[in-house]
Amino acid sequence: MDGPTHSRPNRPALALHVPEPKYRPGDTPDFSGLAIPAAGEAPRPDVAAPDEETFALCNSLVRVLDDSGKAVGPWDPRLSPDTLRKVLRDMKTVRVFDDRMYRAQRQGKTSFYMKCTGEEAIAVAAAAAMDPEDMHFPTYRQQGLLVARGYPLAKMMCQIYSNAGDPLQGRQLPIMYSDRAHGFFSISGNLGTQYPQAVGWAMASAIKGDSRIAMGWIGDGATAEGDFHSALTFATVYQAPVILAVVNNQWAISSFSGIAGAEQATFAARAIGYGTAGLRVDGNDALAVYAAVAWAAERARTNRGPTLIEFFTYRAEGHSTSDDPTGYRPKDEPGAWPLGDPIARLKAHLIGLGEWDDERDSALDSEIDAAVRSAQKEAEKIGILSDQGFDDIPSMFEDVYATTPWHLAEQRDASLTEAREYLGRDSE
Amino acid sequence: MSAAKPQGKARNMIEAINDAHRVMMRQDPDVVVYGEDAGYFGGVFRATAGLQQEFGKTRCFDAPISEGGIVGTAVGMAAYGLKPVIEIQFADYIYPGYDQIVSEVAKMRYRTAGEWTMPMVIRTPYGGGIFGGQTHSQSPEALFTHVAGLKVVVPSNPHDAKGLLIAAIEDPDPVIFFEPKRIYNGPFDGHHDRPVTPWAKHAKSAVPDGHYTVELGKAEVVRAGNNLTVLAYGTMVHVALAAVEENGVDAEVIDLRTLLPVDVEAIEASVKKTGRCLVVQEATRTGGYGAELAALVQERCFYHLEAPVERVTGWDTPYPHAYEWIYFPGPIRMKTALKKVMEA
Ligand SMILES: Cc1ncc(C[n+]2csc(CCOP(=O)(O)OP(=O)(O)O)c2C)c(N)n1
Repeated sequence: MDGPTHSRPNRPALALHVPEPKYRPGDTPDFSGLAIPAAGEAPRPDVAAPDEETFALCNSLVRVLDDSGKAVGPWDPRLSPDTLRKVLRDMKTVRVFDDRMYRAQRQGKTSFYMKCTGEEAIAVAAAAAMDPEDMHFPTYRQQGLLVARGYPLAKMMCQIYSNAGDPLQGRQLPIMYSDRAHGFFSISGNLGTQYPQAVGWAMASAIKGDSRIAMGWIGDGATAEGDFHSALTFATVYQAPVILAVVNNQWAISSFSGIAGAEQATFAARAIGYGTAGLRVDGNDALAVYAAVAWAAERARTNRGPTLIEFFTYRAEGHSTSDDPTGYRPKDEPGAWPLGDPIARLKAHLIGLGEWDDERDSALDSEIDAAVRSAQKEAEKIGILSDQGFDDIPSMFEDVYATTPWHLAEQRDASLTEAREYLGRDSE
Repeated sequence: MSAAKPQGKARNMIEAINDAHRVMMRQDPDVVVYGEDAGYFGGVFRATAGLQQEFGKTRCFDAPISEGGIVGTAVGMAAYGLKPVIEIQFADYIYPGYDQIVSEVAKMRYRTAGEWTMPMVIRTPYGGGIFGGQTHSQSPEALFTHVAGLKVVVPSNPHDAKGLLIAAIEDPDPVIFFEPKRIYNGPFDGHHDRPVTPWAKHAKSAVPDGHYTVELGKAEVVRAGNNLTVLAYGTMVHVALAAVEENGVDAEVIDLRTLLPVDVEAIEASVKKTGRCLVVQEATRTGGYGAELAALVQERCFYHLEAPVERVTGWDTPYPHAYEWIYFPGPIRMKTALKKVMEA
């Protein structure tokens, strides 16, 4: 077909805008055009301030750590050195854990893994700012919540290996953890579903006159799902005690954030349309993350309603073990990201305070490395993915319902017959 | 069947459903009820009328027009420990919430090995014969009977509606509760040119006060017979009963009441006795729940069958507004099918 099909002579042909990232493989990334306000610049509204007072912050960036690692401005949460060291340790643990499990996947010990490299500050500092009884409705990049809340690393690995130590009995993809006791809701493979669920949990807490709050998590790409919008509607309509976090790591697999609408407005600015409080936060700055979550948590706890927080960050590695990011973005883009490495930034801060040094840092690294290795050994003793699937076949038919109905009982028996007769395997 | 004289006040389906809510909300402070228009006004069909007034607006409230949000927040509430009983205004509008139902509600117990469970009831009026056009008339039950982890219930009279709804609310698993809106006010025999008799004249409108249950997963033989088994649910129970009488067939009519898990024993026992089976559904034909029933009967009763299992269904078209009575599986289609299955 040549030319437009319905053009009228006096009118310009319409053109579709398809957003494109600034840089593709082979280009030299340059983020100097990115508007990054100086640390300490963003004002900090009173926790009791009306929602509108946050609207300017939706287009700015809450930052605490400056380039030299000094904490500046009204958002400085003034954490104790012990808390800072704990956050640093948790972030480092997440990174080491990610590396080991990434390698385990490459070694064929499991099917899949997802890292959060470069984003460690977000989940770890958020966990530090919330109460242990508060409930999180996470996505797959918040392993830091479990680590920070002291969930056993070996148990996380058992989940990844789907082995007999997996509390989920091998029913979920690796990294789709769930742990009620650690305030960590079951991760779904269907993006966005957890967002209204977080709001519902928070509504229930309010209905019962409880004091616990909830936090929902979503990626920039998944904000395009209807669930994002229904969650914001419910959260604002009922003023639910919930924090809704958007982790904007610039990429949704190979689609840049512009494909989810980032060219026209920040993700934090979505809050303005709902009339709810919103903050845009440097996600590579553990102190800013902590301060923002603590602020939003206090609002929620005092019946001042929900807060939408965009954590502005960068996914330094591939989307998952199934992804090769060099196919869609410049190889050196992660290095060019101007907000730095959250671990290095917090370390510099602690050193600046005189509360840390390189010696202690490398001692901590070895300690964490040993702990992760030993957890891995422990988990692999129980088994890796390829060994699984025969030791308790009937369990496959459990938990579909509270009690097993006739059709599942029949199918269970048939599967056992199959395993016995055709595979020469038996359960029990 | 000739049971003892029914006890209880005459109620229509809506009143019975409303009463079930009230009984459970009084009994269990964790039961919360919400949906579009479900709070102040009590729902467009009035099924939740008076609940907000009695229980306060944090236990019964209006929801935004967001089925995904309604089901999604119910997941969070169930995770917290509440028992949400939510209303989807019409089954035709359940699709925006479908992902939450199928991927989250249905799978939560399994994917977390029992750590998180989803005790909730999703009520929704379904079915045609009300000139609702295609977006107020569909019967999407097969989309849910295909989902592991859900229970699917369809009452056909006020007594069962209340007892099944209470059982559903008490059930530890999620239940999709399809309400045949064509028979909210009276049993419909498929003759659209005749007036509908109100429930008050029907034995099954005797609805006891207070708490009672009708067990999930149990069918009821609503007419005993020897030469044919008719499997039906919802509105079609009444259409089937009328057609059997009109055509003088000595048929046993079974009201399935629960589609998932279905009462296979009742089906098997009856078909083995009668040797013939007619499956009746209002939904479109292809891939419908009736196909599942036909397959079950064929697998389990093949050597007892004297004729192929026959199906009466809606046509495989979207619900046509003006041609509603051509679409609806009524007396004509029933007569043809009865003749075919009896003469085969
Ligand atoms: C409903 C749904 N659609 C598509 C996918 C496939 N998918 C998995 S992750 C992903 C990208 C998500 O990007 P984003 O929300 O930005 O989170 P990130 O991975 O960057 O942390 C996609 C498309 C899915 N899991 N669920």
